[in-house]
Amino acid sequence: MAKAKKESDSAVLDAACAPEWTEILKQMIFIRRFEEATEREFRKGKIGGYLHVYIGQEAVASGIVGALQKGDAVFCGYRDHAQALSLGSDPNRVMAELFGKGTGVSKGKGGSMHLFDVEHGLYGGYGIVGGHLTLAAGAAYAKRYQGSDSVVVCYFGDGAMNIGSFHEAMNMAGLWGHQGMCPIVFVIENNGYAMGTSVERHSALTDLAARVRAYDIAGEKVDGQDIFAVRGVADRVVRQVRETGKPYCIEAVTYRFSGHGAADILQPYRTKEEVEQHRHRDPINILRKRLGEVCGLTDDDVKAMDEWAIERAANAVKFAEESSQPAPDELFADVVAEHGPRPVSEDERE
Amino acid sequence: MPETTYIDAITQAMSEEMARDERVFLIGEDVGAYGGAFKTSYGLLDKFGAERVIDTPISEIAIIGAASGAALMGMRPIAEMQFLDFITCGYDILVNFAAMNSYLFGRACPIVVRGPAGGGTHGGPYHSINPEAMFLNRPGLKIVAPGTAYDAKGLLKAAIRDDNPVLYIEHKYLYRRIKENLPDDDYIVPIGKANVRRRGKDLTIITWGAMLYVADDAADELAKDNVSTEIIDLRSIVPFDEDAILESVAKTNRVIILHEAPLTGGAGAEFAARIAEKAFDYLDAPIKRIAALDVPTPYSPPLEAAALPDKTRVLQAARELLAY
Ligand SMILES: Cc1ncc(C[n+]2csc(CCOP(=O)(O)OP(=O)(O)O)c2C)c(N)n1
Repeated sequence: MAKAKKESDSAVLDAACAPEWTEILKQMIFIRRFEEATEREFRKGKIGGYLHVYIGQEAVASGIVGALQKGDAVFCGYRDHAQALSLGSDPNRVMAELFGKGTGVSKGKGGSMHLFDVEHGLYGGYGIVGGHLTLAAGAAYAKRYQGSDSVVVCYFGDGAMNIGSFHEAMNMAGLWGHQGMCPIVFVIENNGYAMGTSVERHSALTDLAARVRAYDIAGEKVDGQDIFAVRGVADRVVRQVRETGKPYCIEAVTYRFSGHGAADILQPYRTKEEVEQHRHRDPINILRKRLGEVCGLTDDDVKAMDEWAIERAANAVKFAEESSQPAPDELFADVVAEHGPRPVSEDERE
Repeated sequence: MPETTYIDAITQAMSEEMARDERVFLIGEDVGAYGGAFKTSYGLLDKFGAERVIDTPISEIAIIGAASGAALMGMRPIAEMQFLDFITCGYDILVNFAAMNSYLFGRACPIVVRGPAGGGTHGGPYHSINPEAMFLNRPGLKIVAPGTAYDAKGLLKAAIRDDNPVLYIEHKYLYRRIKENLPDDDYIVPIGKANVRRRGKDLTIITWGAMLYVADDAADELAKDNVSTEIIDLRSIVPFDEDAILESVAKTNRVIILHEAPLTGGAGAEFAARIAEKAFDYLDAPIKRIAALDVPTPYSPPLEAAALPDKTRVLQAARELLAY
């Protein structure tokens, strides 16, 4: 397991000075600044309901997404802003969704937990812990059934591994994998906690990747704070899953720096020291430092990126603020799909 | 005694019942170290220890199922759903086992399943449910939905002491928005008894939960036109206080049923049918139902407000009834 990680790690490092990597760093800094802006807007009351940010976990989404290609489909839970942004969703429309505006990716009807942007490969944003694993398994089956070589990526938290949907989806995926009919990459975002309950307190077996092997699905652990490691594993695994149609599971070991949700201020379940200690392994700093060492990226370069990111996030807030509320008839729009039975197209007839 | 909020009334009821009866324990997600997503169980871990305030993995069916199994052994568990929306993940064991066990096997299953429900807090489509209708025709299960701090405490105590499974629906909009002085002494609010919240003679509004306050506002407005409105706070949905409903209808001859869940197939349909069957001769006008529109609860605050019932819609219905 550790061996595989090293190999791919160095393979990616060789290419570390490719311009792509500075773009990825810029993207991660932007995601961080975007999330900070959402927390501020929540406190101001501009964002309502519930808000879960990805601060500390950026290397996971940004590392996986680089291995994907057009047509691949992504499913995730309610901690979904970074998933959308890393896939290329318009930050203005993501922020507008959080503000509940008509210009939001879900027309303001979903909010923070329900981003949906098929054009960029995002099939939600799911609000019930673990439920989306079943959807992702079915989507992967459909991709193969349709003769496509696309893969499905399904992100979920460590806490999601305790609900029935997880086990039911995993077993089905494992079985369908036997026939090469389930091209899915499960990604455990193991940030150490399900809300206030640590992995040790919620999972009888704390080796999470091992739990997945019970369903005949191979898996491995990766340092989720090191984007080179994540990307290295992702490149190899996504390629393999695309070829074989067999599911695979990546356990990305990460940490969330913010509270579980914006209302989680006291965080009585962990100490400030623990959080501080993890902040030393900030995924953005890790990438930045490596690019500095290997490619001579300077502090000024990073400062320029950061200024851009802050401004971009501020623009998204401005766009959201200035957008109009959803039109009143949106209330009834799409409760039932209006299209009726779909005509059979020419190529479906064959 | 200082005034007690609705949420503190719930905490107090759990705490007092746990102190009174060792068989009572609390089980749910983040009810211990975290103190509950809304801090409903804040302090209980310190008071009662981890054996009686049990943090579980995210496993709604295991929470309700384990509570039911423990109840079979003589315990009286309180099972918390972090949001009542997630009860869908535990639906099977609640409706198939807990609700029917007494009938099938003569062994009671005294559990309380409780948690936050309701809209108005911009929780969006998966965090705003009013779930009563999903459970209405599952005989064996009781359903209560307090709308005041007094009832929140008294009904929870009654639910914990009841020998049957009780679904206790707390409205999260009310958690910290309402408070009142509660008696120092132990009291319960009997399950199945409505409260006549306001006496009137021209019109009856039957409602519960957070809609009490919409009914109050409407009644205040109607009073300006010398219309006297009776408000029946049902409090219990199953069993419901049929006598209180019929008595009021017999007096006012006009009735509005107001609830926050969507209209079609909502609990109001059952009450309307009962009134039509048993008090038809007393009615001077058709029965009116005011409920959420038949749409999922959208996140967007203005759309959410438009979906949920409000004073304007109640007043319009009232005026139509009075002019009928
Ligand atoms: C079925 C269900 N139960 C409970 C919740 C409430 N809830 C939302 S997030 C969460 C913790 C999830 O932890 P984890 O899966 O580790 O993901 P993380 O939040 O750490 O990203 C809980 C209990 C829910 N949304 N759905």
